[in-house]
Amino acid sequence: MALLEVNGIHTYYGNIHALKGVSFEVDTGEIIALIGSNGAGKTTTLRTISGLMTPREGSVNYDGEVISNTRADMLVSKGISMVPEGRGVFAKLTVEENLDMGAYIRRDGAIKEDLKGAFSLFPRLQERRKQVAGTLSGGEQQMLAIARALMSKPRLLLLDEPSMGLAPVLVDGVFETVQRIANEGVTILLVEQNAHMALQIADRGYVLQSGEVAISDTAANLQKNETVKKTYLGID
Amino acid sequence: MFKWKTDEFSWVDFTIDVLRVLIVLAVVVGAWNTLSSGRISLAQWVNLFAAGLSQGSIYALIALGYTLVYGILLMINFAHGEVFMAGAFTTVFFAEALNRTGFLNEQPLLAILLMIVFAGLVSMTVAILLERIAYRPLRGSPRLVPLITAIGASFFLQYTFRGLYGSGFKAYPGVKALQGAFSIGGINIPVAQVFVFCSALILMLCLYWLVERSRIGKAMRAVSENKEVARLMGIDIDWVIMFTFGVGGFLAGSAGVINGLFRPQGVNFYMGFIPGIKAFTAAVLGGIGNIPGAMLGGLFLGVIEAIGPNLVLAGLGIPGANQLKDVIAFTMLVLVLIFRPQGILGERLSEQKA
Ligand SMILES: Nc1ncnc2c1ncn2[C@@H]1O[C@H](COP(=O)(O)OP(=O)(O)OP(=O)(O)O)[C@@H](O)[C@H]1O
Ligand SMILES: [Mg+2]
Repeated sequence: MALLEVNGIHTYYGNIHALKGVSFEVDTGEIIALIGSNGAGKTTTLRTISGLMTPREGSVNYDGEVISNTRADMLVSKGISMVPEGRGVFAKLTVEENLDMGAYIRRDGAIKEDLKGAFSLFPRLQERRKQVAGTLSGGEQQMLAIARALMSKPRLLLLDEPSMGLAPVLVDGVFETVQRIANEGVTILLVEQNAHMALQIADRGYVLQSGEVAISDTAANLQKNETVKKTYLGID
Repeated sequence: MFKWKTDEFSWVDFTIDVLRVLIVLAVVVGAWNTLSSGRISLAQWVNLFAAGLSQGSIYALIALGYTLVYGILLMINFAHGEVFMAGAFTTVFFAEALNRTGFLNEQPLLAILLMIVFAGLVSMTVAILLERIAYRPLRGSPRLVPLITAIGASFFLQYTFRGLYGSGFKAYPGVKALQGAFSIGGINIPVAQVFVFCSALILMLCLYWLVERSRIGKAMRAVSENKEVARLMGIDIDWVIMFTFGVGGFLAGSAGVINGLFRPQGVNFYMGFIPGIKAFTAAVLGGIGNIPGAMLGGLFLGVIEAIGPNLVLAGLGIPGANQLKDVIAFTMLVLVLIFRPQGILGERLSEQKA
């Protein structure tokens, strides 16, 4: 059974019909890439899954339970964690306080331990632990946003364009990190403009176009697909 | 200090600059006259300063409520003066009971602590109900809407208390331990003032710890910065907002008791209005939304109010200067809004942040 099932969701911003019946599924342990051009509805899809938005039609099932009407903060304790578009670090909180907020729902004693784990994954953050997050570089903020999302010990991690705005050298690092997180057993739904990199680490992928799923296939096939090559990989 | 616009002459800027010069002139001339006349001795200045500090620490406690709520919702809770009144007023009856049994004078410290907690809880409840009933349903509506509701809620609370207890004043019982004065080098500082200042300081330190160190304090700061991301952390933002109102309420209620023990004129249903506006002034002075700003703003306003009339107004030959405290406070509000709307420590007020 799939960990996440998105069944024909329609999501609106007021009158704007952003998602027009999006369906897909994510199995436990997979890395799924969601690609598409600007305004295709990728962010809206993630916002609907994470509970920030409610679909007007259709449903989201997670772990055998309908979650489309569950509040975002409740979903975190169910194991869904999201790195929002544009990182969304708390600029006035220190690096360490940001990570503490990632572990907000937890009461167990292993938080200190996991903080160390986050610092070993991103040694840069350790050097800057007492610094307010607003003064970090873009790449460091992205590391912080990912580390923070992991602090809740998610089963499903939603990543919205983690490579956005990063220098090419850093982009490789981000995808390596995502791969490492997946190897730890976290299921990943990855939204990316950088389809080339996303499809390299993904198991399967979906192409969104104007609020609908246009193509769905394994990552390997998508890399060979003519339309995908032309439109999203920039290969003629 | 001056911005001469070479390309363009603006009457507004010109008027503001003229105003600046006039104010500086008035302050300098007034102060010079007073100081050179030697009408007020050094000991008297120290006394005024101490009185100002203790009054100011009460403003600071109330101001924190405005600033906490503004920080998290960008909303000015104009019913906060009534939250203060509710705690102060209700606790009069509790204080009378403690006094009748003799406990108040046998164990003054413990009794006052009980009163502070009691008043804090009453005001906290009122603040939470206010948020829950009057403000939460309006969240997301234009900013004017909760403002008008706050004014309505303010009248509602005033007239509820008036209906329950009438419009007369009720005084807090005197506490023997707070009478008398410390004498240091020929200067007498009333015990009550020292008590007020110290209790306010302790409460403010607790608040500082709460906001800076505790988990819920970090969550408050996270919610104030970005509600959506805070939700993605699993933070129940409604709960955090309610908690913030509650903390502001608690501080206001405790300020009510401290105020009642310090000033003899007693409490009535209308008592929240002036301290409410003054504390708001203090919060704006320090930069609304800024916690240390509200603390400093309160102390600053208290001191200016105590010293200003005697130093400046009396020096300018204005009669009855001591009765003009309120003029000083509200002039400060207007001046801050004109010259430095972001306050002493604050960031610029912005419409779009939220
Ligand atoms: N806050 C909003 N109000 C109104 N319309 C919105 C809002 N956010 C997004 N939309 C619209 O919804 C559609 C989908 O937007 P979405 O942000 O999901 O796209 P996206 O695939 O994430 O794009 P990008 O790659 O640029 O991030 C777009 O047409 C967009 O204009
Ligand atoms: Mg997007």
